[in-house]
Order: sequence, then structure tokens, then C-alpha cells
Amino acid sequence: MTSKNVHMKIGEMKTSTGLVKNLELSIGKIVDDSWTEPMGPTPMPSISTLRDWDMKLLNKYKPFYMPDCDLCCLCTFGKCDLTAGKRGACGLDIAAQSSRIVLIAASIGAATHTAHARHMVDHLIEKYGRNFPLDVGGLNIKVEAPVTRLVTGIRPENLGDLDEVLEYCETQITHCLSAAHTGQEGSNLDFESKAFHAGRIDQVGMEVADIAQVSALDFPKADPEAPLIEMGIGTVDTSKPVIMCIGHNVVPSVGIIDYMKESKLDGKMEVVGLCCTAFDNTRYYDRAKIVGPISWQLRFVRGGFADVVVLDEQCIRTDIFNEAERVRAPVIAASEKNCMGFKNRTNDPADEIVADLVSGKATGVLILDPEKVGEVAVKVAKQIAPIRKKYRVLPTIEEIIALAKTCRQCNLCQRSCPQDLQIPAALKAAAEGNLAPLTDLYESCIGCGRCEEACPVKLQIHSYIVKAGEKFMIEETNFCRSGRGAVQDVEIRNVGSPIVLGEIPGILAVVGCSNYPKGGKDVYDICREFASRRYIVVTSGCSAMSAGSYKNSEGKTLYEEFPGGFEAGGVLNVGSCVANSHIAGAAIKVANIFAKRNLRGNYEEIADYIHNRLGAVGLAWGAYSQKAASIAAGFWSLGVPVLVGPHGSKYRRMLLGRADKPENWEVYDARTGDKVNVGPAPEHLFQTVETPQEAMVQIAKLCIRPNDTWKGRSIKLSHYIDLHKRHYGCMPQDLHLFVRTMADVPMTMKDEVTKILEAKGWKETVIPDPTLLPRMIRKKKE
Amino acid sequence: MSCEPWQCSEIAATKKANPIQKPEVAVAMIKKAARPILIVGSNATERWMEGKQLIDYIIDFAKASKVPVVATAHMVGEFLKRGYEPAAFMSAMDIGNRLVDPSWQGLDGKGHPDLALFVGLPYYMEALILCGLKHFAPDFRTITLDNLYHAHASWSFPNATLEDWANNLKVMTQKFEGGQ
Ligand code: SF4
Ligand code: SF4
Ligand code: SF4
Repeated sequence: MTSKNVHMKIGEMKTSTGLVKNLELSIGKIVDDSWTEPMGPTPMPSISTLRDWDMKLLNKYKPFYMPDCDLCCLCTFGKCDLTAGKRGACGLDIAAQSSRIVLIAASIGAATHTAHARHMVDHLIEKYGRNFPLDVGGLNIKVEAPVTRLVTGIRPENLGDLDEVLEYCETQITHCLSAAHTGQEGSNLDFESKAFHAGRIDQVGMEVADIAQVSALDFPKADPEAPLIEMGIGTVDTSKPVIMCIGHNVVPSVGIIDYMKESKLDGKMEVVGLCCTAFDNTRYYDRAKIVGPISWQLRFVRGGFADVVVLDEQCIRTDIFNEAERVRAPVIAASEKNCMGFKNRTNDPADEIVADLVSGKATGVLILDPEKVGEVAVKVAKQIAPIRKKYRVLPTIEEIIALAKTCRQCNLCQRSCPQDLQIPAALKAAAEGNLAPLTDLYESCIGCGRCEEACPVKLQIHSYIVKAGEKFMIEETNFCRSGRGAVQDVEIRNVGSPIVLGEIPGILAVVGCSNYPKGGKDVYDICREFASRRYIVVTSGCSAMSAGSYKNSEGKTLYEEFPGGFEAGGVLNVGSCVANSHIAGAAIKVANIFAKRNLRGNYEEIADYIHNRLGAVGLAWGAYSQKAASIAAGFWSLGVPVLVGPHGSKYRRMLLGRADKPENWEVYDARTGDKVNVGPAPEHLFQTVETPQEAMVQIAKLCIRPNDTWKGRSIKLSHYIDLHKRHYGCMPQDLHLFVRTMADVPMTMKDEVTKILEAKGWKETVIPDPTLLPRMIRKKKE
Repeated sequence: MSCEPWQCSEIAATKKANPIQKPEVAVAMIKKAARPILIVGSNATERWMEGKQLIDYIIDFAKASKVPVVATAHMVGEFLKRGYEPAAFMSAMDIGNRLVDPSWQGLDGKGHPDLALFVGLPYYMEALILCGLKHFAPDFRTITLDNLYHAHASWSFPNATLEDWANNLKVMTQKFEGGQ
């Protein structure tokens, strides 16, 4: 910690001028600098401090815009038609408008994580005090907040220190968002740079939220053997009362779990979670269960499993109370951000609220006191379970067949379905008694309900799909490793050298939401492929659930098959959305612990290091949210490439390198100051991939870095070539861009590679000490 | 046949594709183009018409018309399996990004294409790329050969049944076989 607010209260003091009573003094900040690391050049950067760095990346990876909408309707001058070069009434063009949308998305994401952190920190300070020490890994972690140290220059030691960090984040997000006002920023690249800034802040906000909860709520602390958690609706004992928590903020769930334990109901009821709250519940209480990712809200609520639905914040279906009402499950909204229109009952006696919910006098309530949420949820679940008897609204097979006969085959459902699922054909078959085509839709259906909204005869299509796929749903009994939190310093020490030298071929972070094009199996397949190839596979959020939702031929889930350490062939789940910060944190720690680079307020240098040396790639196969956008932005600004699945194209702008333009791929050799062409390594900073096969080939390629040793490069190339041959049926045609000397060529592939090199007129080049920053050159050229 | 965007919410286009009412119209435009390319996405192996996969219709068409094919995603392998070598393969984003660059000299390095035909990408991805081209390469012409109306293209077939789609592709192929 670098500074402290000093606040003094003096009851009575005699001075030369008289008697002073009840004097309160705030004397700003005094510096308490026990952290000896020198301050770098950019502590607490403003929205323009790192603009030069951003522009370096944006020059290499230029935005490719796909505006989606031709109009802007953000102010009353509009709507403005911005088609093909036209400017709006404010002068904005479509490139700037498209990047403004990126900035808005990234700012919303950063605000959401930071507000989550704010709620968490305030709550924990109230409960445990400002001096409660931060501890994210005991003796195994000395660099406990790498992102915060890097961005702000602050080394937080206790909960109170996080306050100052958050104040900084809150200010920056306000600036970022303000730049999106009409008549502020006008350049698309400056909007992009500000989106990068929102991403940097987002990483800090996430880190604050997670290290606060890991420390104060005693979550697994950087534990490679964090417990294996039962996952899937099939693991839930539905003979017991079931409380279902949806969202991301664990605080109300902690109230529930504590009350349940205090009342000795532990084991007599089930606490299950959807989306990231599920993870954090299990990090707090390892008998909590994960039922699935965000997109499964409708199927579980309609399936009647939940006796009480508790909502905290983020990614909750905003009509979930209607759905819960249909199955007679009361709803408790527990976050100020998500009051759902319910009456605020925070100050009412718990038993009164319980009586109202159980009798049906109230179908939902807002309770902003987590302990009261706990008491009410537990009592209601216990009392209502025998009354509800898991009442559900899924139709019977006979009903589906009868209802399918009323389908008009108008196609509106399919045309409204984001997956373009062939619903009319499936209903036609169902009407004839064949439910197989409907069952086939189960895996790809993301549970959005848009088909039902579109249907002119109000068919409950999603429910039919769920019923037809019920067997799969009930059989979902898997394991997911509970979120382990950060990566230990010692793990970094062990793998730093093989990662940077390329002998561990890469780090693959599979993160984000579940808006998958064809179900979660692709996530499992991709993770398994790369873990088997001894990449380090890091998961988080809904993707971490999907990764654990399938089994190998021996009946083992991914988390049982592979170790949970940050090591070659490890599959480690860091935890919920906010735990994503540990992935960036691990990259930063490699630069700091392994390469001994100062990280305090030293953003550019560390990002330059990561970008040029650390073969890390993010894959958000089902990214849907603004939070996913800000998480991605945080990685872009560190120079880490991010891939998204096909729905990710709707983020409307990619950051693409041009492998065919050699001039784009020059770096400085820090040893000599010479400019060296290192090829497109990595080729893109943000790219949509269309199929899992393409994702796998791209991941292998995007792990290539200028700094790879010949041994590392040949290992990376062998994976790239092998995956390319398997999925594309041929050799890659761009190998000449990645082979620097013949030593880079994998031995077993020499003949094939040489043929391509010859055909492309390949020439040998050198392996530099790569940097994009002229100030890093040790010897200046004359 | 309807000229509403296939995906109902994909309506935010002020400049909408001209409908292609007859395959002959598309053929005439392709013949007129000096440097057309055909971009084929991953649905090429997902869509079936009359017991035959879309990719097989496309191969017939590409062979007859001699329009060079750019395979996106992992489609190159699917083409090669069928004995057809596409002119290039790259990600859908990469080909879109090259097409908006007026200095790009095309697949053969001899000049920027003057027409891009799209077929078989996921609907929303194709719509987005077409939108990018509409805005950032406004003079560049795009045609979709899908059976789904794409508002952001320059020219698009209306929404059509699988039978009509198969027929359109067959007619287009025949017109080249017979006409060149
Ligand atoms: S913000 Fe600018 S482009 Fe958008 S509606 Fe207002 S004037 Fe038009
Ligand atoms: S609920 Fe499923 S079937 Fe219905 S529109 Fe959404 S993804 Fe398609
Ligand atoms: S929208 Fe309804 S009526 Fe129309 S095809 Fe779909 S299920 Fe049938």
C-alpha cells in the first residue's frame, strides 16, 4: 500500500487560541511505502496515459468493423443513417460509431465487475473490518494482486486498501463512458484505445472482487487440488428442498449457507447454483452443487427442481420471476442492481416474509440484507417443498404430440432462433409421433425462448425440447473442480522458463459464457485436445462448467482426467467471472517472477513482454455479454490474442493482423536496436472462428511468439501442422512466415515443410530479443 | 418468395439487397465480373438438398463457372476430400478484412476482386461480414447464393425452400456449362 487516509477525531483540545471541541480532521494521504519496488512510469493511468501502447497494437491489429446496424439512434439528432461513409448529425462516421459500441460494451462490463467488487468489498469491510488481511495463497503467493500492482502501482494488503483501488477504477470507468457521449471522441482508434483502457480497469475490478472474497470467505487459496464438485441436475437430490441461486455475487448465498448450517439443516437441503454464483457457492461450501451455465435457467426452472429461486446480480433472465411463478417457486431478489419490481421487505421480520411467500401472498420479495435472505430462503424452501412437490410445467410426451399438430409450419420460430434450429421440421415429426428430431435440438438449444415469443399459436417450444431431451438432463452427473483462485508463485517459477522458451507450447484460457453454436461439447473437446498436447488449459465461468460436463471413455470428466495445477497438461478452473483476473495475473507474474521485470505501475513493459514472449490465447467460445467484451479488452491491451466462437462476431469488430503484409510484423531486437521481421506472431488480437476445428488450428498457431527458442518453435509448429493436417486435410501454407532457421522445423515433418519453404522462397532470419518499445533497446543504433 | 431477412431481428439495414428473382440474373452478373471469388462457409456440409450436400452443389458450380473458391473455417479439408482444390482457404474474418482493403491484390496477386459470392456461412456471421463490406467497401459488389435473404448484400436470393435452392444452384451451374 502506498498511501493512507488519516482521519482523526479530537474530543477536546486546549490550544493557545482557546478550547477546541469535537474537532474532526482528514489529512488526505500519508505515504506508507514498505514496498521497495520502484514505481514504474504509469501508475494509475488515465484514459490517455497508455494511448501510445494501444496505438502500437491497433496499428498491428487493425479493426475490421461489421456494424450490424446501419443506424445510430443514441441521441435525438438521430436516427442517423451512417451507411457507407455518411456521417451523422454530430459528424460521427460508422467506424467511430462501431468502435463507440465496443467502448460502451467494455465500459458496461468493467462497471459491472467493479460494482460487484464494490459491493463485495463494502460488505466484507462492514463484516470483518478494513484491516482484515488479504490472503490469496498463504506462503505460496507473495505477488497477491499482480493486476492491481501493475495497473495502479498499489500493493494492497488488507480489505481497506482495496477501497482506494476501487475508487481509481470507478473514476476511470466514468471517464471511459463519458467519452461515448455525443460530441466527445471522434476517432475510431481513440474509441478503441479507451475500450482497451476499460479492459485494463476491468481486470483490476475483477481482481479486487476475487481477492476480497477469497481472503475473507476462505475460498480455496490457489489450490491445485480444490475440491471436485458434483455438477449437473442429475446430482441434485430432489427429494430434499432445493434452493437455486442464480447470478454472480456470492454474498446472499453465503447468508443461505450460513443459516442452513446454523440451523443444522446442512445435508437436509440442497443449495444449487447457475452461472458464476454456482462456482462461488462451491468455493465457500463444497457440498453446494453446480447445475449448469447461464443458458440453462429456463430448463431448470420449468423443470420444477427449485423450491426457491434466489437472484443476485448479472446474467439473470429478466423474466425469471414469471417463469418461477409458473412453477409456484417464490423468488427472492437480493441485489440492489436487480430489484425485479418486488416490494422491498428488507426491514420486515423474516417470519412474516416467509409466511407471505409460502402462502403465495407474495410471489417475490426484495431483501437487501444477505443474512435475512439466508433465513428466509432456508425457511421458505423447507416449508414450501412439501406443498410444491417439485411442481413443473414441462408437458408430457402425449401433450407435445397433440400440440405439435397445431403448428402452422410458418417458420417464425426458426427465423427467430439464434441457432437457426430446424424447429418446424422437428414439430412436424413430433406431430407424427417421432420425437427424435426434437431431442436432437436439446444440445444446441441455448434456452433463450425466442422461438416461443415468435410463435403465433404460442407453442412452448423450448419446453418441448427440454422434455424431449429430459433423459440427458436427468443423467447430467459430472464433476467440476471448484475454482482454485490464483496461480501460485512457485507454479510460475516451475513453468516460466518452459513457457517463455516455448517448450510448454502454450497457455489456453477457455473462458466466458455459454452462447455456443452447437452446445458445450465443443468446449470439452477443445480443452481435452490441448491438455492432451500438454498445453496449460485454464478455465473459468460457464466454460469451466461445460468443460466438466462430458466424460472420456473411462467415464472420467476432464477435471478427473487431468491435474489441476498450472503445469503442462493441467486443466485448472480458476473460478467465476471475476476470477478471470487470475489468468491475466498469471501472465503478469511470469514476467515478474520468472523474468524479474518490475511490475509496479509498469504496464507497457509488462504487456510488451507478454505480447512478444508468452504463448497465451483466450478462447471465449460462447461469449455473449458485455462483461466478456471487457474481459477480452483487458487481454487485448496486454497483447494476448482472444478468439470467440461464431456468435462472438456480433461484437461487431475484430482486431486482425495481415499475414500478407510483411511490414506489419517488425519488432526491435532489444540487443541491437535492429528491426527484425518476426512474422505474424501472433497473427490476430481478436478473431471470430466459425467451427471448433478452426478454433483448434488457430489456437495452436496463435501460441507462436517471436521469442520462441528453436526448440519451442519446432514444438509449436508440430502441433500447428498436426492439427492443420487433421482438420484441414493439408499442410499449412504459411509456414514460411514462422520458420526462422531450419532448426525451427519439426524433425519428423522436415520433408513436407521444406517443400513449402522452397515453394514460398523462404529465407532464414534471426531470433531477436523482441520488443515494440524503443526504450527497451539496450544498445542504441548509431 | 419473401425478401425479409431470414433472421427476423436482422432488419437494421437502410440499404437493402436487390432481390435476385431468377438464377439467370446472378449468372449474368457473375459473367460480367472480371475477378469474382466465391466464399464458402461451414454450413456447406450441414445443408442437404435432395440427398446431396451443399458443398457438392458448390463444387459443381465452381467447376462450371471457374470462379475461384475461398474456403472458410475447416472447409478446405472437405473440398479436398471431394477432389476439389479451392483457390485459397482462410478464416471468414480474414477474407472479409482483405476485401475491405482496396490495396489488396486478390488471391492471385493480380488485382482486387470485383465481386464476391457468399454461401454457407452461419447466417448472422455472413450478415455481419456483408454489412462490413457494404459500409467499408461501398463500391464492391456482393451476392449471396444462399436460400436466405441477406439484406446487407448487394444482391440476394429471397428466402426459398430447399427445393428451390437446389434448383437455383443447378440452373446456375448449367448456364455456365452451356454458356461458356
Ligand atoms: S450520436 Fe451522432 S450519429 Fe448518433 S444519433 Fe446522435 S447525431 Fe446521429
Ligand atoms: S430456446 Fe432454443 S430453440 Fe428456442 S429460439 Fe432459443 S435456442 Fe432456438
Ligand atoms: S412459430 Fe409456431 S406455428 Fe410457426 S412453425 Fe414455429 S412452432 Fe409452428
